[in-house]
Amino acid sequence: MLSRVAESIYWMGRQVERAENLARFLEVTHNLTLDQPEETGEAWGALIAVTADSDIFQSSYGQSGPEDVTRFLAFDDAYPSSMISSLRSARMNARGVRESLSSEVFEQLNDFYHFVLSASNSPTVESPNDFFDKVRRIAIQWAGVLDNTMPRDLSWHFANLGRLIERADKTSRILDVKYFNLLPSVKDVGTSIDDLQWSALLLAISGFEAYRREHHLIEINKVVEFFLFNRCFTSSILFCVKGVLDSLKEIETLSGF
Amino acid sequence: MASETSAVDPTGGITLDDYTVGEFFDELIDEHGRSRPDAIQLVRMLNELKVSELQRRQQAIERSLYNMGITFTVYSDDAGTEKIMPFDIIPRVISSVLWHHIEAGIKQRISALNRFLSDIYSDQAIVKEGLLPPELIQDVEAYLPQCVGLRPFHDVWCHVSGTDLVRDASGAIYVLEDNLRCPSGVSYVLQNRLVMKRNFPKLFGASKVRPVNDYPSRLYEMLQKMAPPHVETPVVVVLTPGTFNSAYYEHSFLAQQMGVELVEGRDLLVIDNQVFMRTIEGLKKVDVIYRRIDDDFLDPEVFRKDSVLGVAGLMRAYSAGNVAIANAPGTGIADDKVIYAYVPEMIRFYLGEEPILANVPTHICARQDDLRYVLSNLDQLVVKAANGSGGYGILIGPHATDEERREFSAKIIANPRNFIAQPTLSLSRVPTMAGDSIEGRHVDLRPYALCGPEDVWVMPGGLTRVALRPGSLVVNSSQGGGSKDTWVAAVPGQTFGLE
Repeated sequence: MLSRVAESIYWMGRQVERAENLARFLEVTHNLTLDQPEETGEAWGALIAVTADSDIFQSSYGQSGPEDVTRFLAFDDAYPSSMISSLRSARMNARGVRESLSSEVFEQLNDFYHFVLSASNSPTVESPNDFFDKVRRIAIQWAGVLDNTMPRDLSWHFANLGRLIERADKTSRILDVKYFNLLPSVKDVGTSIDDLQWSALLLAISGFEAYRREHHLIEINKVVEFFLFNRCFTSSILFCVKGVLDSLKEIETLSGF
Repeated sequence: MASETSAVDPTGGITLDDYTVGEFFDELIDEHGRSRPDAIQLVRMLNELKVSELQRRQQAIERSLYNMGITFTVYSDDAGTEKIMPFDIIPRVISSVLWHHIEAGIKQRISALNRFLSDIYSDQAIVKEGLLPPELIQDVEAYLPQCVGLRPFHDVWCHVSGTDLVRDASGAIYVLEDNLRCPSGVSYVLQNRLVMKRNFPKLFGASKVRPVNDYPSRLYEMLQKMAPPHVETPVVVVLTPGTFNSAYYEHSFLAQQMGVELVEGRDLLVIDNQVFMRTIEGLKKVDVIYRRIDDDFLDPEVFRKDSVLGVAGLMRAYSAGNVAIANAPGTGIADDKVIYAYVPEMIRFYLGEEPILANVPTHICARQDDLRYVLSNLDQLVVKAANGSGGYGILIGPHATDEERREFSAKIIANPRNFIAQPTLSLSRVPTMAGDSIEGRHVDLRPYALCGPEDVWVMPGGLTRVALRPGSLVVNSSQGGGSKDTWVAAVPGQTFGLE
């Protein structure tokens, strides 16, 4: 496999995963702020903090309100890690290596990009929840297409590396932000607001139901352990890193290093 | 061509509702307004389906082409807008008898051109015999002195070609251009067929249209045979300028269909006159390069120094016989429109045969008599730059304003060598969707040929390009042209079933 192709496929995997994560973060935050009476601004600011790109946001938007944060993270052309930019880059990467992917993988990604592009061209997103839900579904479909139309060859393993590394990265960032930015004062830990927010974060990484099944009640150290070390939960850092290791081993075997 | 029996039509031809042929040759309908024998079932279907239904299906097809990403990039647009080549749902039908004629003509022409290329870069017998003025060769931009004395494997130069054919008002066929450099469009042929089959399964299920889907396998087989001798399992790659090239989709499609790597110049490097590609396992040797970049950009050591698309040292590896390049460097000389005018002579000289397919009569402005004639008859002629392509640098005399003709005269006088002129042909037409009606639109035909070590293979059919603007004769996709599926009938006289 060409080195350039491996690189493009790896980034394609990361960029689609990044778009999906952003959709999930935005959807959850929209939901969270609906029945959280006070200090909703914090939740939106935290979302920007997760990206570690607060400077870029502040220089072009200033205040972190729901509309601005949504526009910045979802539709900002100038911000290279926005959902639309990630999908555009993912699509360009896929386009550059189409011959190494299944036709369906490219077509689904092409669809995905055009769907978000047409939404970004309309002045306001009518119903953010419906929109982000749709985005998430398309992303899940794409992952399904990737897993079910590609042989487990080098291409698939590089795509898999990309998405797992991106996922582990996002899980670590969201935990980091929650722990140190969202609730800087220790006295808030364990309050009902705290409970709601930890639940939201579990939702943001699609882990709420899995966590409840295992631990029932929200307890910070269990949530943190769940984020970091759960063997079964697909967004835990341990799970992602294990997957990365497996793919790296396969790449080694397949390419005959 | 005329049918003697207009009262009782033995072929069972039927008329196409609300359609008039006018003074043109129509590919589906004869001069009495009745369908040609091979198009009866197609015309019947067109009559049965409402235009709105045809429109609906056409839109569905265009949408699926868009979703499949079968697009070309619009260079001038910053957002990297991509467009599909407009597609027309009504196919063009070619009878099997006519196809045999075309196929034989193209095989003959490609064989002669291949001999010419071999000759012009070695002995130049055709010049020594006085059939081709030597100054014409020296003046052709695409003539590469660096290729003199080089001989590609099996002496094949133009591995892949796409000859442009047109028909005039009498239905006679002419060769318009040879396109031996990097003819594009074959991916459209395959995809057009795919979407037509998807949308008209019954029509195809019962029809006798010759398939086109084996093109990628044939291309791969041919390329493999071109590998340097003694290479057991040759590694074939497609070399593309990259994703920003307007034909990028086609490059990636062909690589995917052949199951080979699509490489860019930066993926390759030359060590000890051998070509390698950079892979995650390390360097891997490359034996055959199907290149889709022009000669000028192939190798900055030899050609354009500023080329970032090519591979430094590629010509050294090629000269040393360590890699095959298709089409061979230097092939572009045959695309020069002055050289084109001499192809009938080449056929007589190299093959000892009379040309099966005629050239469009061509006036070469470098000749004094021709120049005088061209300048005084500009309002009737099509004038072309000798080295132009893509429909650029063309004056269509009858459609031009006085001022445009004056400007063009000045250009011709300034550099006569760079221009040729041809009569304005009244191109044949095919019924085509025009809003909510069906109207005749002018077409050309580009069949694709593969030149192997032993023979030339011509894909049945090819790309039918259609000028979608009413009355327009310009079929190039960059200038408002679209494409149609092209059906070659498999058995003489057999109609397309539509049960």
